[in-house]
Amino acid sequence: MEEVKIQKPPKKYMNPYLAGVLLGIVIVLSFYFTREGLGASGAFKRSVAKVEQVIIPSHLDSEDSAFHHYITGGKDPLKNRLVYMIVGVFIGGFLSGAINRRLKLKLEHSPKITSKKRAIAAIIGGALFGIGSAFGRGCTSGAGLDGMAVLATSGFVVVGMIFGTGYVVAWFFRKLWI
Amino acid sequence: MGPLFTATDEWSFVIALVIGIAFGFILESAGFSSSRKLAGVFYGYDFVVLQVFFTAAITAAIGLIFFEYFGWIDLSAIWINKFYIGSAILGGAIMGFGFVLGGFCPGTSACAAAIGKIDAMLYLGGFIIGVILFDAFYPFYKGFYKAGNMGGALIFEDLGMSKNVFLLVFVMFAIVAFVATAYIQQRVSKKSKKY
Repeated sequence: MEEVKIQKPPKKYMNPYLAGVLLGIVIVLSFYFTREGLGASGAFKRSVAKVEQVIIPSHLDSEDSAFHHYITGGKDPLKNRLVYMIVGVFIGGFLSGAINRRLKLKLEHSPKITSKKRAIAAIIGGALFGIGSAFGRGCTSGAGLDGMAVLATSGFVVVGMIFGTGYVVAWFFRKLWI
Repeated sequence: MGPLFTATDEWSFVIALVIGIAFGFILESAGFSSSRKLAGVFYGYDFVVLQVFFTAAITAAIGLIFFEYFGWIDLSAIWINKFYIGSAILGGAIMGFGFVLGGFCPGTSACAAAIGKIDAMLYLGGFIIGVILFDAFYPFYKGFYKAGNMGGALIFEDLGMSKNVFLLVFVMFAIVAFVATAYIQQRVSKKSKKY
């Protein structure tokens, strides 16, 4: 007789307030141990800087590069805690997905739009976030969440602008989501 | 007394890896690996972003103050992101635009990509393109990027409040937001959205 495989459904998500408290504790510990908080965009900027260093070193050596300060004093752009942190984020995300039965190759999109449309929006959205987090000196975590945790003005301004602008433009792109 | 290490200390690399694992695990567990769930905050059908985000900010802010009170951490020694007025405002606005289009922010896209979300992988590809573009045209806006440096400005000082009063206002503001959004979410999701 053939074995019948029963796929169990994914587990429910964690209570958002519990997740928030746990995340807050992680932020405190990050400041306590490493003097700095969380961060995601920094690792990607540093990866780009590393590739630039290899293929167009003259660019990174000049003040014309936004990432020039990553290499001043002979430093390696990747020798930074943020790079290790993003590796951790991938591992942690994968572990939670595995435990909660959510590992699945899938392009998620609203049933009202095609996969292609979602793919294009995701790429453009990502590119905008790449530019925006460079101007903002950090993304939702590095500038926003850390900034609010230490009561920095920059954190509150960046978070206010992200969500404020989000609500303003949301109406124009509602077909992507609802 | 903390902070125990500097950011460039090799111990910080090991600790950052562990903290990153916790960070990614919590984000995924809370449902931040789904762009449709994240985008809900802009359309009123799911406010999990706001709930997790502000709970974390308040917990961390209060936690740091307690750590200082018990003499465990020297808050004058921790890193405060510098506030460059124009650049922060423009950057935040562009990120808001990107959030609505892409449905992720960098951290959430990383943990979504880790569980196999193809839209998150594409978003990350786009993110890299954006970073390259920013660097390529950097000389054009370098002046703007470096203008209006307010240093490590603190919000309660800028508002002329004491730290504790500001924190109280912040917590109350968040509680009102939690209650209001719970109400909105209940009304909007009567249309029942499953994903």
